[in-house]
Amino acid sequence: MKLKVNQQDRSFEGDPQMPLMWYLRDELALTGTKFGCGVGLCGACTVHLDGKAVRSCVTTMKDVDGHSVTTIEGLSADGNHPVQKAWRAANVPQCGYCQCGQIMNASALLSEKKNPSDDDIRAAMAGNICRCGCYQRIFSAIKSAAKEA
Amino acid sequence: MNNYSDKALITNVSRRNLLKGMLGTGGLVLAAQFIPARMAMAAYKTGAGGMPGGVVWDPHVFVSIAPDGTVSIVTHRSEMGTGSRTSLPMAVADEMEADWSRVKIIQAPGDEQKYGNQDTDGSRSIRHFIQPMRECGAAARQMLEHAAALTWGVSDTECRAENHKVIHVPTGKSLGYGELAQKAAALPTPKADSVQLKDPSKFRYIGKGQVQITDLFDITTGKATYAQDIHVDGMKYAVIARPPVVLGKAASFDEAAAMKVPGVIKVVKIDPTPMPAKFAPLGGVAVIANSTWAAMKGRDALNVKWDDGPNKSYDSVSYKELMAATAHKPGKIERNEGDFDKAIAGAAKVIERDYYIPHGVHVPMEPPAATVRIKDGKAEVWACVQSPGGTRGDVAKQLGMKEDDVTVHVTLLGGGFGRKSKCDFALEAAILSKAMGGTPVKVVWTREDDIQHSFYHSVSYQSITAGLDKNNKVIAWRQRSVSPSLMSNFMPDPKRESALELGLGLIDTPFDVPNLRLETGEAVAHTRIGWFRSVNNIPHAFAMQSMVAELAHELGKDPKDFLLELIGPPRIVDPRKTVTSELWNYGDPWDTYPVDTARTRRVVEIAAKEAGWGRQLPKGHGMGIAVQRSFLTYVASVVEVAVDDKGNVSVPRVDTAIDCGFAVNPERIRSQIEGAAVMGLTLAKLTQITFKDGRVQQSNFHDYQVLRLGQGAMDVRTHIVPATIDVPSSGVGEPGVPPFAPAFMNAIFAATGKRIRNLPLGDQLSA
Repeated sequence: MKLKVNQQDRSFEGDPQMPLMWYLRDELALTGTKFGCGVGLCGACTVHLDGKAVRSCVTTMKDVDGHSVTTIEGLSADGNHPVQKAWRAANVPQCGYCQCGQIMNASALLSEKKNPSDDDIRAAMAGNICRCGCYQRIFSAIKSAAKEA
Repeated sequence: MNNYSDKALITNVSRRNLLKGMLGTGGLVLAAQFIPARMAMAAYKTGAGGMPGGVVWDPHVFVSIAPDGTVSIVTHRSEMGTGSRTSLPMAVADEMEADWSRVKIIQAPGDEQKYGNQDTDGSRSIRHFIQPMRECGAAARQMLEHAAALTWGVSDTECRAENHKVIHVPTGKSLGYGELAQKAAALPTPKADSVQLKDPSKFRYIGKGQVQITDLFDITTGKATYAQDIHVDGMKYAVIARPPVVLGKAASFDEAAAMKVPGVIKVVKIDPTPMPAKFAPLGGVAVIANSTWAAMKGRDALNVKWDDGPNKSYDSVSYKELMAATAHKPGKIERNEGDFDKAIAGAAKVIERDYYIPHGVHVPMEPPAATVRIKDGKAEVWACVQSPGGTRGDVAKQLGMKEDDVTVHVTLLGGGFGRKSKCDFALEAAILSKAMGGTPVKVVWTREDDIQHSFYHSVSYQSITAGLDKNNKVIAWRQRSVSPSLMSNFMPDPKRESALELGLGLIDTPFDVPNLRLETGEAVAHTRIGWFRSVNNIPHAFAMQSMVAELAHELGKDPKDFLLELIGPPRIVDPRKTVTSELWNYGDPWDTYPVDTARTRRVVEIAAKEAGWGRQLPKGHGMGIAVQRSFLTYVASVVEVAVDDKGNVSVPRVDTAIDCGFAVNPERIRSQIEGAAVMGLTLAKLTQITFKDGRVQQSNFHDYQVLRLGQGAMDVRTHIVPATIDVPSSGVGEPGVPPFAPAFMNAIFAATGKRIRNLPLGDQLSA
C-alpha cells in the first residue's frame, strides 16, 4: 500500500486491516493522533484524509491506499493554523489529550464552511468528546477562528 | 541576610545538567524532622506536613538557573488538566522575580523524600503547596540578592531583585540572574524564619490569571506527550485480558492461537492478587507483541474461560433493593445532636425521601497506559500516574527492588479524575517487562478495559427523614448513607463508609437543625471502589440538596430562601463536638479550614444574584440551586434547564459561585468550574455503570455516553468570591461537581413538577 502522510510518500506492507491510527502512532511515532476509544466514538484520533476529517481508528490501511493523510503534526508548518491560534487565544485545553482531534475536526469544518452556523459547529463537533468539559471554549474558539480566516 | 541554615548543602548548577533535563547535582533533600520548623513560618497551617513526604520548599531542590538566565523550576505534582503544573511554578517565579518568558518547567520524577508529597489527589496541589512554593521562590530571590551583594561588596539591603535581575539601588547597576546563578547556587538556603514573602500588591502572576498553561503550544500541535504516546527503544506492546468479575481467575485460554497472530511474541499469565489488593493488578492473561494492533488481535484469539469466583452474582438491580432495605433500618450513628427519635415522635409532619446514585467510571480521554524497562537491576517507569511517589514504592515492591532503583517518569495525564491515582497499570507493565527479561513493555489499556476494569465511583443509597413542627420549622433531620467503601481496597471490607468518606460532605453538614443524626448502613463491596472526582460528596450532596428543595416545595417556600434558612445564621459549625466516630476534614486542620456558614451563605447568595434567581423564565424552563462545601471550598450552583414537550432536557445556563479562599490562578479556576458542570451534567443525566452476573454491562462510549458539545452546559458563568492572600486557598479541581446534580434535578422539578431521585435522569421524563 502506498500513501502520503503529511506530504511525505510512505509505503506499508503489513496487515491491510490494521487501523491507520496504529500505523501513525506505533510505526511513524506521530502520536498527536490519539487513541481514545478505538471504535470511532470519541474523535481523539481524527486526521484528514484527502482534506476531510476521518476517525483513523476505524479507517484501515487498505482504505488509505493511494490517498493522502494529514495529521496534527502536518496541519501547519509552524503550529500556527488559525484554529490552533484560536485554541490558544481561548485557553481551551485542560488535560489536552482530545485537543488534537478537536482541532483536526474543526479545521476540516472550516475548510468546508468558511462561516459555519452555530448548528453547523454543534453538528460537526458532536463526534469529539472532551471529558474535561472544554466545550464552551471549543465552541468560541471555532467561532473566532472562522472570523479570523 | 546572614541568617543561613547550617544544614544546607551546596548545589552546583551547570548547563550540562540543565540540558539533561535534571537539576544540578547534589540537590538538597530536607529530612522529615525539619517539617514542623518549616511549617511554623507559614501564615496558616495546613495538613501538608502530615502527608507522605511532607513539604519541601528548598530552592536547591526546585530551582536552577543556567548561565544564559534560563530559570528551570521543578513541578512535583502530576498534571491532569487542572493547571497545577503551571500554577505552582508560576508562584515560585513570581516570588523570585523571574520573568515567566524565561522559565522552563521540569517535571519531577517520583521521589517524595526529595520533593515532598506528590499524590495529586484530593484537590490538594494549590491548597498544600502555594505557601511552600512561594517560600521557595522568595528564598531563591534572597539568595540571588545576596549573591549580588557579595559580588559588589555591598549590603544585602542595597540590593533588590526585579524582573530577572538584581539591582544595586544606590547606583542603579544590575546583574542578570544568569550572571548570578553560580554564586547564588553555592549559597546555603536561608532559614525559614528569614524568608520574606512578597507583598501581594507586587505580584506579577499570582492571582492574575494571565499566565497560559505551559503546555499550551505543545498540546495544540500534537507534541505534548502522554503515557499512551511513550516510545522507548526496543519497546514491545501489551494488552491484557482481565477477569471480568473481580477476584475471578483464568481457567483456560488458547495460548497457541494467540501466538499464531503475526507479531505476537509472548503470552504471559498474570497471577491474581487476593483482596485487599490495594492497587495490585487482579491478574489475567497478557499478550505481548511488536505492535499494539497485533497485541489486540492476539488477545482476541485467547478465548479465555473464566472462573468467576465469589463476586459472580453481583447485580445492580438486586443490590439497590438490598441497599434500600438497609437504609430503612437503624444504622450506625456517626454524628448526633439533640434527640432525633424524640423530636420526630413529636413532629407535626414527617417527610421521608430516598435517593440513589449508581456506580460511575472516570473515562479519562487517555485510557491508562504505562511503560517499564528493567536494566542492570534498575527499573524505569513512564506512566500517567497521579501518584508518582506511591507508584515508585509499589513498583519497587512488585519487583523486589529498593525504591532508589526505581525511577518513575511522570508524563502528562490525559485526564485523571481519580482513576490514575491507582497505579495498577504501571504494576502490570513492571510484571510484563520482568517476564520479558527487562525488555521495555508498554501496557495499553483500551477503552473497554478502562470501563470494565476500573475502580468505580461507589454506588450509594441515601435516605433522609425530616420532621417539621407546627410552625413549619425543621426540628429533626436524619440522613442514612449506605455505600460500599473504597477502604475495601486496603483492609478487610469495613462494609460502611469510613471516616475518609463521611468527611466528604456528610459529617460536616452545616444545617441548623436542633435534632440532627447522621448514620451509615452496611454495604459490602463486590467490585473495586475508587476515588472519582469529588467522591462521596456526590451522593451526600445530591440527597441533602434535593431534600432541601423538596421540603421547600412542601412548605410553599422559595428553595433558595429555604436553603439559607436551613443553613442558618453565619457561624462556625464544629462537628468535632458531636461526631461519634473519627472525624476527617480533608486531612487539614479545623482551625484553618472550619465549616463557616457565612461562606456557605455567601456563595448561595452570589450564585442566586448572578443567575437572576426569580427572574421570569420562558415556558418549560426552570431554575434549581444547590450548595456544597467540599475539599474545604464552598460552591453553589444555579442551573437553568429547558424541558421540551417530549421530555428532552437542555441546560442553557449555569451560574456557579466558588469561594476557594485566595484564588491563585482565576483563569484555571474558571476552566475547572466549566468542566465540572459538564461532568456534573454527564453524571446527572447520562451515565451509570451497572453490574450483572458480576460483570460491568457497559463497554465503550455507545453505552457509557458522556456529554458532547452542544448538549448543555455551554454557558457556564463562574463567580469567584474575592479573597485576600491570608484566606487559605482550598480545593478547586473537585468542588465544582457535587452541587451540580441536585441543582439540575431541582431545576427539572421547577420546570416540570417531576422529582427525580434516581441518577441518572436517562429517559425518566419521557417514559
